[in-house]
Amino acid sequence: MPEISQSAALSFREAIDRHSLHEHFADLPQQREAAKLGMWVFLATEVMFFGGMILGYIAYRNAYPAAFQAGSVHMLFVAGTLNTALLITASLFVALAVHAAREGRRKALVWCLAISMFLGVCFLGVKGYEYYQHYLDHKVPTRTFQWDGPDPRHAEMFFVLYFFLTGFHALHMIIGVSILAFIIYFAQRGRYTPEYHNPVENAALYWHFVDIVWIFLYPMLYLVGHTHV
Amino acid sequence: MAEKTVRISTYIWIWAVLMCLTALTAGISFVNLHRWSTVVAFVIATTKAGLVVTFFMHLWYEKEKTIWIWAVVSALWLTIMLVFTMGDYLTRGFLQVPGK
Repeated sequence: MPEISQSAALSFREAIDRHSLHEHFADLPQQREAAKLGMWVFLATEVMFFGGMILGYIAYRNAYPAAFQAGSVHMLFVAGTLNTALLITASLFVALAVHAAREGRRKALVWCLAISMFLGVCFLGVKGYEYYQHYLDHKVPTRTFQWDGPDPRHAEMFFVLYFFLTGFHALHMIIGVSILAFIIYFAQRGRYTPEYHNPVENAALYWHFVDIVWIFLYPMLYLVGHTHV
Repeated sequence: MAEKTVRISTYIWIWAVLMCLTALTAGISFVNLHRWSTVVAFVIATTKAGLVVTFFMHLWYEKEKTIWIWAVVSALWLTIMLVFTMGDYLTRGFLQVPGK
């Protein structure tokens, strides 16, 4: 490599070497903005992804309110509420992790992410328990589905939508937990600095988005049973 | 440091409000509000989502206009999809003509 004498160029090279600046960006703030914007665009597509299923739910519930209420009675209300609390708390710790990353406090960053990841795993555990209960209850919409009340077809539709919505949400949680595991590994090794911690910021945005999806799924699926349609 | 640092107490407060709203929507679901039950649950959920986007996702502190645009249009597209589709389903049968 030729010697670069100008101080501006030196800081550019320094940024590349020390802070993971990719060469097609002028400086770190530009790279940071591009990374963040890319994440928001991705989240917009995710809104449409979940939006399609939510639209299906709204249309069917509007058409068969009684069957959907009857289906919702079989939801585990305590488990759903607990999971909402777990996710909101996990979101808090991810927000605190971003705070720590911005201030360059590595230990706090790793701990906050670890707590958040743990809460995410707890969420998945509760979700798995719920699925198992629905399985024992013959409420999984397959050939074993059993329904005693009226309108079994549309009650089954509620469970189809329930499993698709929560299933895809759980898949997003599994991905989110995996991403946090990577972030924790790199944070532990001191990869992130106050100048460069885009992966932490973007993983946090993704995590908060998955939290938001659950914030809507919770009343949609769990609270209808009480609401006397 | 490039990003504006948010105070930790802000995050804690938002978290406390979110937990209270969760308790509120859970509690209020046992009260019979007839058709308003859904509306109340939706308003509370939207408020919670708004708090997460605004503070946890730092949209409040965001100066980059393009990020605001994407945040707003994602809600806008979703609204178009839901409102237009349900606008169709909910108004079917208004004319009392089969198939219209």
